[in-house]
Amino acid sequence: MEPEHDFHKSARAVSGLLAMIFGFFLVIAAVLLYVMIDPGMTAFRSEPELAQQQAAPPAEDDFDKVEDGIHVRTGFVAEEGYMTVVNNCTNCHSALLVTQNRMSRESWEATIRWMQQTQNLWDLGKNEEIILNYLATYYAPEKKGRRQNLQDIEWYVLEN
Amino acid sequence: MERRKFVQRSGLGALSALLGAEIVFGNRLPEGLPLLGLQDPDPFKMFGKDPQMVVLNDKPWNMEALAHLLDDPITPNRFMFIRNNGKIPESIDVANWTLTFDGEAVRSPKTYTLNDLKSRFPQHTYQLTLECGGNGRSEFDPPAKGNQWTVGAVSCAEWTGVRLSDVLKDVGITANAVYIGYHAADTHLSGDPTKEPISRGIPIDKAMQEETLLAFKMNGEDIPLAHGHPLRLVVGGWPASTSGKWLTGISVRDRVHDGEKMTGSSYRVPCETVAPGEKVADEDMCIIESMPVKSLITSPKTGATLPLGRSLSFRGHAWAGDLQVSRVDYSIDFGSTWKSCNLEQPANRLAWQHFSGTASFPKKGYYELWVRATDSNGKAQPMVLPGWNPKGYLNNACHRIALKIT
Repeated sequence: MEPEHDFHKSARAVSGLLAMIFGFFLVIAAVLLYVMIDPGMTAFRSEPELAQQQAAPPAEDDFDKVEDGIHVRTGFVAEEGYMTVVNNCTNCHSALLVTQNRMSRESWEATIRWMQQTQNLWDLGKNEEIILNYLATYYAPEKKGRRQNLQDIEWYVLEN
Repeated sequence: MERRKFVQRSGLGALSALLGAEIVFGNRLPEGLPLLGLQDPDPFKMFGKDPQMVVLNDKPWNMEALAHLLDDPITPNRFMFIRNNGKIPESIDVANWTLTFDGEAVRSPKTYTLNDLKSRFPQHTYQLTLECGGNGRSEFDPPAKGNQWTVGAVSCAEWTGVRLSDVLKDVGITANAVYIGYHAADTHLSGDPTKEPISRGIPIDKAMQEETLLAFKMNGEDIPLAHGHPLRLVVGGWPASTSGKWLTGISVRDRVHDGEKMTGSSYRVPCETVAPGEKVADEDMCIIESMPVKSLITSPKTGATLPLGRSLSFRGHAWAGDLQVSRVDYSIDFGSTWKSCNLEQPANRLAWQHFSGTASFPKKGYYELWVRATDSNGKAQPMVLPGWNPKGYLNNACHRIALKIT
């Protein structure tokens, strides 16, 4: 009984000490991390008018946010190569002009050539392969036939 | 907070990359001042549009209506589609706005101020149908590149201005005049100041028609910014891209105008029909002129359910480019049988016409109401997609709405 009690007591003391040390490191790590992110320590300055401005645009804060496999800021499918597409294809026109279209690899390539010849698009270099692979995979055409069924109908009761 | 730090640390270089342009005087930018180009304004408020309008593209701005939003006899601004090829001009100086006529087929170049135009020529008002050449593009198979318009890139507003023909007579054009081409104040998406985003035109015959206007009013008020304030060329019945917005110049040409979006596959279709997906050489493409016959059911909205025994009153508009609509028919049995609708005369040439009808249903079930217009040359709308073309223009397949009788 006695030695066992002693053992429990010292085990508790040791674990308490370890927790304290761990907590201490955690605080140091947090401080270091903060200084890395914000070397100017701006959070500790009082700039009320700036603080108000920051509160205004909450939705777009995260430029890289992905939700349900979709890059929220642009609407692109967040799969391999999408950031290369974002960086090269949304400077002049909206991402919407890409995401609403469906084309074969050949047609996407022809579109890139047309933009290079007439619309001041730059040479894409090694990125062209990444971009074409991405577009041909995630924005490929689907067979629609000569007339599709009426879709996305919201049924409602027609009043007199 | 994160946004600010991002901006703070990434510096002006990254901001410039984001904007796609160098921030001139960026070093004098006060800290914390948001750049206009980075703002994401509410397009519905910015352009006075109904929130039910659908944004297809936000750079450049392109927005379309849904069929039931186009129910008004005269389309108000809030339901009028927006189609832009470039950036909307950022500053418009109405007091010093000028329109310059030049080109191979003018006696000598001549410039008019907006006030000259308003005070020196008689003013006319017409209801004019403007439809985007690519309206209905979303249905093509294989798909066609571009904004995927469904049915809502059409409008018929009341435009007030002076006749282009009156001004051309005052300018003095020579016998070799073939075409006019417009120039405008919008800017190229790439930011290249030497490039025009779009500079299209019409043959001289169409330019001389009395409904072809240099317009400064839409529905009795100054033309809204997105629709060409303060001066717009308005060409009813032809692809709306011929109705140049923010108009600053007209070139009277001794050849077919060769401005931006006049050549290649832009606003052109194969001169002879081709199989879906076929490659077509540029020289085998012909410029779209008058738009084809078409109609739209604007009431009720698709998806209506009604009890057996009640009849359905429906209505909408029909138009036929340079021609008139001679009849409109409807079908509730997938085109097996057709009945005629009431059809009104147009308010003036090139205005859309209003149709209406009452359908009754034999038993419960799912129905589609189809409407088919026929033009004054006897050409009717097809039930399925018309001739496939590389850029997906001229889809005038009949409009359909879904109904349930319960």
